[in-house]
Amino acid sequence: MKQCMMTVIENMSLTHDTHRMRLEGDVSAFDAPGQFLDIQLDGRFLRRPISLCDLDYTDQYAREGVLTIIYKVLGEGTEEMTRLEKGAELDVLTGLGNGYDLSDAGTRPLLIGGGVGVPPLYLAAKKLREKDLDVTVILGYNSTDDIFYDDEFRMLGCDAVIATADGSAGVKGFVTDAFRQLDPDFTHFYSCGPEPMLRAVFEEVYKGAGIRGQMSFEERMGCGFGACMGCSIQTKNGSKRICKDGPVLRTEEIAWQIPE
Amino acid sequence: MADTRVELCGITLDNPVIPASGTFGYGYEFAELYDINCLGSFSFKGTTLEPRFGNDTPRIAECPSGMLNSVGLQNPGVDAVIREELPKLRKVFRKPVMANVSGFSADEYREVTKRLSESEISDMIGWFEINISCPNVHGGGMSFGTDPCMAAGVVKTVRKVTEKPLIIKLSPNVTDIAAIAKACEDEGADAVSLINTLMGMRFDLKTKKPLLANVTGGLSGPAVLPVALRMVYQTANAVSIPVIGMGGVSSAEDVLEMMMAGAAAAEVGAANLRDPYASKRIIDDLPAAMEKYGIDKLSEI
Repeated sequence: MKQCMMTVIENMSLTHDTHRMRLEGDVSAFDAPGQFLDIQLDGRFLRRPISLCDLDYTDQYAREGVLTIIYKVLGEGTEEMTRLEKGAELDVLTGLGNGYDLSDAGTRPLLIGGGVGVPPLYLAAKKLREKDLDVTVILGYNSTDDIFYDDEFRMLGCDAVIATADGSAGVKGFVTDAFRQLDPDFTHFYSCGPEPMLRAVFEEVYKGAGIRGQMSFEERMGCGFGACMGCSIQTKNGSKRICKDGPVLRTEEIAWQIPE
Repeated sequence: MADTRVELCGITLDNPVIPASGTFGYGYEFAELYDINCLGSFSFKGTTLEPRFGNDTPRIAECPSGMLNSVGLQNPGVDAVIREELPKLRKVFRKPVMANVSGFSADEYREVTKRLSESEISDMIGWFEINISCPNVHGGGMSFGTDPCMAAGVVKTVRKVTEKPLIIKLSPNVTDIAAIAKACEDEGADAVSLINTLMGMRFDLKTKKPLLANVTGGLSGPAVLPVALRMVYQTANAVSIPVIGMGGVSSAEDVLEMMMAGAAAAEVGAANLRDPYASKRIIDDLPAAMEKYGIDKLSEI
């Protein structure tokens, strides 16, 4: 973890409620996709935790760089974020949490993201494609108006499949409905999304198809760096803090009871 | 040169800044960020006899100038604290630490204090801070801190198992906090610390239900500073033992205010969760703030 001041160099909307921000500064504390940052906003007591979506270094030492986040307007804090202009300076905690371990990917990894769970998978996909792996991505959205970043995944060379709950684009239904239409011979999966989606993925992809994976969890956080114990969940290996021991947990340690 | 030293129950602190229990873990994770030996001391995470997961999530909610928490005393239990947590702390912290003890009965407070006192890490402990004021657990916790007789009973029971200074952490969710402090003093408490969090709640406008799974939580942060100052002032005027002030302390100036209200030292809580370097920053800022207000010796405010 590192506390630093970062400069907003882009802040634009991607859909009606989803925005992309690029920040420039010291990015040396990040070492894996799936990690997050925690942004202090004027007049807000708690920081806003947001996943790292992309990272480009601007020096040869992997210290300075530009990071990308994608955030959805959920309340007053994120609403205020949309009004930040280019050049604004933000107090940011960087390199938070344990991200995805890409060494387990195997030859044919599957990425499954839903809504604002899509962004952290982008950097994972980019790193996996750098290794020239055959990467399939299932992206779930509510409706065609909510879709973002599908083209970006395709430009990386991923095989991208879309699912929408209302059927207005791609497969009608959830990410698990799209999964059923694919050849399930995947070596590992990486996922991020709302808890109901993660539960469905856990049941269908891990328990059902027997594919092990890593899932990134979301919880209301206090500090974001492991001090307050606000975001704990119980796992097979004891309690874990989503912000510090997570946000990425392995399917083998998740304690969800799936009805037989 | 500004003299920031203060004395707390016979132990001299380099400065009065003490990260509060529940905002600093068992310390060693903060030692990855800065040398925590700059602190006056710190109060470690509230420790119970058995391991506790705490309440269901969500257990954090933001408020204007503060936050609610309903963590509910998550901790690995006293035996794991002795075996695993404190040996890790020993490697990075050379000063006496404040051992925060929580419980659900007078016997539990006594047993946790006894185990810590008789363990191989007991030399690390400078003070016991007995938390009789957690608002987030049921059938214990705060109920001991809202009744002078029950508070006195806990002090009497714990007093038997340790010679170390006993600090009783008090709840602000009472009509007369000074009366509770007095009852603790009469049973042999060496100091009191206050305030724990103020009970509060928030609703989710979309679901129309309480935001916290536990329904209520404890309010902390700058929002509670004036309440804390008032209660520290009232208590310091009612007892002759030291009062440790806490509640919304976020700056060196807040520490000075606490001491003007009668506090011997100040604990820093929620500020550590917003800014992991908050306690260090406050310590760094203290000499300049003292100079600005013409204070040479902090102990003489």
